[in-house]
Amino acid sequence: MESIWKNILIVGASSGIGEALARQLANDDTRIALVSRRESELKRVAGELKGKAYVYPHDVTAYEEIPGLFQKIVRDLGGLDMVIYTAGVMPPIGENEYNFDKDLTIVEVNLLGAIAWLNEAAIRFGVAGAGSIVGVTSVAGDRGRRGQPVYCASKAAFNTYLEALRNRLAVKGVSVVTVKPGPVATPMTRGLDNLPMVISAEQAASGIINAVRRKKREVYVPGKWRPIMFILRHIPSILFQKMKI
Amino acid sequence: MSVKTSDKRRAAIRWHLPALPSDHLENVSAWGMAQEAVSYVYRPSTTEGVRSILQLARERGLTIGLRGAGRSYGDASLNAENICLDLTRMSRILDWNPDQGVIKLEPGVTIGQLWRYVLEDGWWPYVVSGTMYPTIGGAASMNIHGKNNFQVGTIGDHIREFEILLPNGKIKRCNRVENSDLFYAAIGGFGMLGCFLSITLELKRVHSGMLKVIPISVSSLHDMIQVFEARMQDADYLVGWVDCFASGSSIGRGLIHQANYLQPGEDPAPTQTLRVENQELPETFLFGLAPKSMMWLLMKPFVNPMGMRIVNFAKYHMSSLHSGKMHYQTHAEFAFLLDYVPNWKWAYKPGGLIQYQSFIPASSAEEVFKEQINLCRKRGETPLLGVFKRHKPDPFWMTHAVEGYSLAMDFRVTSSNRERIWKLAAELDRIVVEAGGRFYFAKDSTLSPKSLENFYHEERVQRFLSLKKDVDPFCLFQTNLFRRAFQPLL
Repeated sequence: MESIWKNILIVGASSGIGEALARQLANDDTRIALVSRRESELKRVAGELKGKAYVYPHDVTAYEEIPGLFQKIVRDLGGLDMVIYTAGVMPPIGENEYNFDKDLTIVEVNLLGAIAWLNEAAIRFGVAGAGSIVGVTSVAGDRGRRGQPVYCASKAAFNTYLEALRNRLAVKGVSVVTVKPGPVATPMTRGLDNLPMVISAEQAASGIINAVRRKKREVYVPGKWRPIMFILRHIPSILFQKMKI
Repeated sequence: MSVKTSDKRRAAIRWHLPALPSDHLENVSAWGMAQEAVSYVYRPSTTEGVRSILQLARERGLTIGLRGAGRSYGDASLNAENICLDLTRMSRILDWNPDQGVIKLEPGVTIGQLWRYVLEDGWWPYVVSGTMYPTIGGAASMNIHGKNNFQVGTIGDHIREFEILLPNGKIKRCNRVENSDLFYAAIGGFGMLGCFLSITLELKRVHSGMLKVIPISVSSLHDMIQVFEARMQDADYLVGWVDCFASGSSIGRGLIHQANYLQPGEDPAPTQTLRVENQELPETFLFGLAPKSMMWLLMKPFVNPMGMRIVNFAKYHMSSLHSGKMHYQTHAEFAFLLDYVPNWKWAYKPGGLIQYQSFIPASSAEEVFKEQINLCRKRGETPLLGVFKRHKPDPFWMTHAVEGYSLAMDFRVTSSNRERIWKLAAELDRIVVEAGGRFYFAKDSTLSPKSLENFYHEERVQRFLSLKKDVDPFCLFQTNLFRRAFQPLL
C-alpha cells in the first residue's frame, strides 16, 4: 500500500497490530522505527519490511530513557510524520483477584508509557505544525467491565488523554487519532475464549490506516463496534452491573 | 521527567541518551518557505557560547548547521533533527577604521547594519545582495555577489581576513597568506568547514549617497546581452529584469538598470546624501496612506501565471516610456530592491517559492537561457520573475561564478506542482551541465548529486572536500543541503 507517511515510529511493533501496521505502511520510500521489548522479534519484523527499518529494543516503562531515545529515533529517521502507540498488556485477572503488581504493569504499559512517548510526539509535532499521532486503545475503555477493572481504566484514561491531545494540537495542524479496536487475534488475546467478533491483526491495521488517511478523530475497528458501543455506553449503570460482560 | 521509573523497571533501561531540552526545538524555514526542518536552535552571543555548543554536539554525536539570517532560498541553513547554530546574536562591530574603510565584524552583523554604520563616513560595501538582511557570516559562507559582480567580483574578493572556529574547537586566522587554503575554501564553503567568528572587510569609498541610474528597455535576450557587453566596461552596476512570459523573437525581453557612482564634486551636498536617514526606503505606499507591511497582500492576487503575465507585460511596456532617461537613486534604493515590499514572499504562501539560478559561460549564455525559458514554458511552469546578471570568475574553491551570465528564475511552489518543479529543475540542470555552467548554493533547493557530478570532480572541489575531511573528520558541520547534494558523492 502506498503510504503518504515517510517517517514512522511504531511503539509496540514486534507483534500483533503493531507488526501488521509496520507491514502495511512499509514501502520503498518509508523509514520505520520499530520499538518493542523483544529485540529478536523486532529484527525479524524489520528484516521482512520494505524500505528502511530501524530497531530499538525498549521497555515502555523505562520512562526516563524515552526523551533521549525519541530524539535519537527522529534523528535516525531524518524526520517524523507519524507516531503510533500500540503497546499494551492485558494479563489474565481472576474474578476476585486484586493484584496490585499486575495493575501497576497494566497502567505503566497501557497508559504511562503511552503518555511518556506521545508527550514527546506532541512537543515535536506541535513545533513542526504537522504530524499524526495514533493511539491504539480499546473498546474496553468505554465501560468499566467487571472482568478487567484496571485494563478498562487504563484504556479509558488513554482515550481521555488522546482527546485532550487532539484538542491541544488541532490548532497546530497535528492530527490525533483514537483507535478503539474490538477483540483482535494477537498474542495478547491468545488463549481467551468467547471473544466476540474477533478480527485479525491485519484487518485491524488496515482499518487503522484507513481511518488515519481519512483524518478521523476517533474510530472503532471494525466500524460495527461503534453502534454496539453507543448502545453499551448508554445502558444505565444499574443495568450494566447486572450484565455479565 | 516528573514520572519516576519504579525500581523494578529501572533495570529495563537500555539507552543512556541524554535528551536536548525541548524548548530549543523550533521549526526552521528556508527563506523561500518551500523547505523547512525541525531543529534544536541555539543562539549564542559569544565565542565561548559557540564553543560550548560544538562541545555539546560532539558529546551527543549531533551535527551542527550554521545559520545567519536564514536568507538562503533553499535548505542551505537547515539541519533537520540536529543543532541549528543561529549566529544572529553575534552582531557586534569589532573595529572600524573610517580613514582606510576597513571594518571588522562579528558574523551576525547584517548588511543593513553594516552600510548604516559606515555610509556617513563615505564608505559603502563593495558587494551587497538584493536585500540588506543577510548576515556577513552568511554572505561570506555563500560568497555572495551583487549587481556589480562583473566589476568587483564577489564579497570574498573584499574580505581581508577572518577568524574561524574549527570543529576541533581551535581558532584560526585566515587571509591570503596565512592559512590561505582555509581562506579560499571557507569563503563560499557554505559553512562546512567551521564557524566564522570575525570577518574583516574592505569597503568602497563613495563620494555621494546617490547613484546615477539609467533604465534601458531591451526587446529580446539577444539585445540584453548586447547591451551588457557594450556597457560593462563603464557601468558600476548592471542588472536585468527578464519577462519570462515573452516568447518567439521577444524571448528574454526586459529592462536593464545601469548604475554608476558619482565622482568627487558631482554631488553638491554629499554630507546630506550620505546621511542614513536620507537613504532609508519609504515605509508607506498609496501616497503615504498604507504601511508597506500590508503591500504583500496586494501582490497575492497576482502571484500566479495569469497575474504575473499581466504584471510582466505591463512592466515591460511601461519601461519603454522611460528607457534611457537617467535619474538619481540612493544606494539603498538601488541595491535593496527586494526590500521595497516587506515580506513579499508571503504572497507565495502557503507553498512558498524557489529560485533557480544558473551561471553560464558568455559564449553560450543566450542559447542556454532561451532553451531554459522555453523548457519551463513547455512544462507549464513559466518563471514568474527572471533576473539577469553578468559575472566574472573568482579564486574561491567552491565558487559559483563564471565568465558569463546568470539567470535567476522564481517559481511558485504549490502542493500540486511541487514534484513537477523539481523534475523541471533536474532537466534545467542537464542543460547547465552540458553548457559547462555552475550553480549557486545560496539559491539552490533542488540540486541532486547527479547534477553536481562534473562539479564534484573539479580539482578545487576535490581539494575542498579533502580539506573538509582534514578539519572536520567526523562531519560535525552539516546541513540538509550538504546531505542532499554532497554526501551521496563522498
